[in-house]
Amino acid sequence: MTDVLSEHFKEQAAEALGNATIQESLDRLVNFRQGRVDAIAEYGQERWDALSQSAREIKRETLEHLDYYLDELSRNVERAGGHVFFARDAAEANEYVAKVAADNGVKTVIKSKSMVSEEMGIADVLEAMGIEPVETDLGEYIIQLAREAPYHIIAPALHKSKEEVSELFERILGTPAESDITALAGVARKVLREKFLEADMGMTGANFGVAETGTIVMVTNEGNGRMCSSLPRVHVATMGMERVIPRLRDVATYLPLLTRSATGQRISSYVSFVTGPRRSGEEDGPQEFHLVILDNGRSRMLADPELREALYCIRCGACLNACPVYGKVGGHAYGWVYPGPIGAVVTPSLVGVPKAKDLPFASTLCGACRDVCPLKIDIPRMLLKLRSDAVEGPPETRVPRSVESLMMRAWRKTVAGPRLFTLAGKVTSAAQWPLSRQGVLRWLPPPLSGWTRTRDFPRAAMRPFRARWRKDGGSRGG
Amino acid sequence: MAQKSVSLFVTCLVDQFYPEVGEATVRLLRHLNVEVDFPADQTCCGQVALNGGYRSHATAVAKRFIEVFRNSETIVAPSGSCVATIHTHYADLLRGYPELAAEVASLQARTYELSQYLVDVLGVEDVGAHLPSPTRVTYHDCCHALRDLGVGAQPRKLLSAVDGAELAEMKDSASCCGFGGTFAVKFADISSAILREKLRNVEVTGASVLTAVDSSCLMHMGGALRRQGSRTRAVHLAELLCEGIEGERA
Repeated sequence: MTDVLSEHFKEQAAEALGNATIQESLDRLVNFRQGRVDAIAEYGQERWDALSQSAREIKRETLEHLDYYLDELSRNVERAGGHVFFARDAAEANEYVAKVAADNGVKTVIKSKSMVSEEMGIADVLEAMGIEPVETDLGEYIIQLAREAPYHIIAPALHKSKEEVSELFERILGTPAESDITALAGVARKVLREKFLEADMGMTGANFGVAETGTIVMVTNEGNGRMCSSLPRVHVATMGMERVIPRLRDVATYLPLLTRSATGQRISSYVSFVTGPRRSGEEDGPQEFHLVILDNGRSRMLADPELREALYCIRCGACLNACPVYGKVGGHAYGWVYPGPIGAVVTPSLVGVPKAKDLPFASTLCGACRDVCPLKIDIPRMLLKLRSDAVEGPPETRVPRSVESLMMRAWRKTVAGPRLFTLAGKVTSAAQWPLSRQGVLRWLPPPLSGWTRTRDFPRAAMRPFRARWRKDGGSRGG
Repeated sequence: MAQKSVSLFVTCLVDQFYPEVGEATVRLLRHLNVEVDFPADQTCCGQVALNGGYRSHATAVAKRFIEVFRNSETIVAPSGSCVATIHTHYADLLRGYPELAAEVASLQARTYELSQYLVDVLGVEDVGAHLPSPTRVTYHDCCHALRDLGVGAQPRKLLSAVDGAELAEMKDSASCCGFGGTFAVKFADISSAILREKLRNVEVTGASVLTAVDSSCLMHMGGALRRQGSRTRAVHLAELLCEGIEGERA
């Protein structure tokens, strides 16, 4: 599994806040946001909401009978001549893929963008075997050369300026410096074209796995998914177990939601449907087809009624674009494969709350993510659930927070009745005098000092509302 | 207009830090012939604990809230986020008390954010306020008021009817100010970065007053405006409307 650096959210966020290039890159999210708004306006809000509702209904039904649909998918893939492997975790999935590669004497693997393969960390495993894995999505290729993790679900190299990409190509590929984006894409295309032709194995993700037909559906804009799945002798597709959909016609429900939410497109440039390997008489397609279906903690989420809905996610990335926190700290701060609001739910759920202790708290709970989600996933509610797991949950999910929990215990007693509440108000307003100036506090001690670095804090009222009301016998305000 | 009566939930923040907002709410309601009472045993809605992950504390506070406001016909609070806590989370929090389920539903149906109550229940869009001098006002959509309660049009209607107030919409008025309760302290730098962007949008409008329906967002934005020595004041909608009424009287 890819290294989980989510424990270091704070440090990573601080780094991003101080990096001017990253801040400039994040300003580009506005284009995604606008694209989505325009695309929905064109589609019609009412129609959109209805589509969204159907998509939720299908997911609900599918997840309720997930074993049934996965079994149907698996039987139909095999009927079409493919192989299916259910992997309990990343290690099992990697082992299977490594064996397929070894059995076929593979030297080069071309990969199409897939979050699940990032989750598995398969590229490192292949590399260690002496096999060259090559990312073929332009953004993924760039971050592969830079040896970085994806920055955004649909725009993995969002954070890189064209100057940085040029420098990277120059350093690693030995190509001359180039400031034109089209020309830079041309450089990558030239290199990748050779790799496409020499690869013995192609790896792709699967946006959907259709149970009814055993078909996997891939949505790309560069056509590289189609190359990876049809050129090499062997095709291995990886998908999370929640990506199964019951019927072929359900693609028509999800596809417009996915592309319009992600990039504002009515449909992406390429939508590929793959059912099994090449059959006799067919001219192209791989000789072998493998589908790896990954659990890796998903069944734990499925079993939790409060987190199950996170498995509705179709990975459009709209929540990242809408999130004020992602908009400032970017994808790497989240420290694992899935950044942004959905990442703040998925990461702690999959890797454990203690390993991602800050993520559920790193949200203003503004609800913008829920608003833009085409599946209307209630992300804020799940963040609250994970927060309570971190604070009050069983030992394996609890994170130590001694000072805060003492304060919270005191707060609980304070608000348990008006007497102590009134008294606490009096104590606070008396205690603040040494700190206050011109009606405000310009400095507070830790753990509140973060507030007063950039903001004044109001002085507690000498006479709170309740005292004023009492004194005037309720006539105050008349 | 038939005599209406409401119970004021003043919220813990307003009670302890912004009592003037509570007073303005009372004056405004009375100005509109609404009788106001103040259940003295009230403290907090539980949002603070809930957001911190202390769900069991929040449950205890929610239970108390129900007891305190059990006999109130209508409850009005000058806060979108506290009302949203009741609407969005009480059913979840009190799941362990099935005997309270009906009471929770009824409580939700009769608890309103102030501007929501004025416009949607009383049917008042013009409270009859006028400001002594022409004032450019910009409105910030508080996240919970907007997304959980659908409160966005109501404050704007009320503001637009104030004589002397000119509503100048800011860019991205619906984007978060970066407060988020404990988030503003735990992740102070991220919070401040989000806030900076918000205040840039406020500044562009040239408004001298920034208003909203939540004292917590205003505490956040106002605290920074003040630190920066800005001329823009952060004022709760209740206070702004009340200023206009008192101006009329004087």
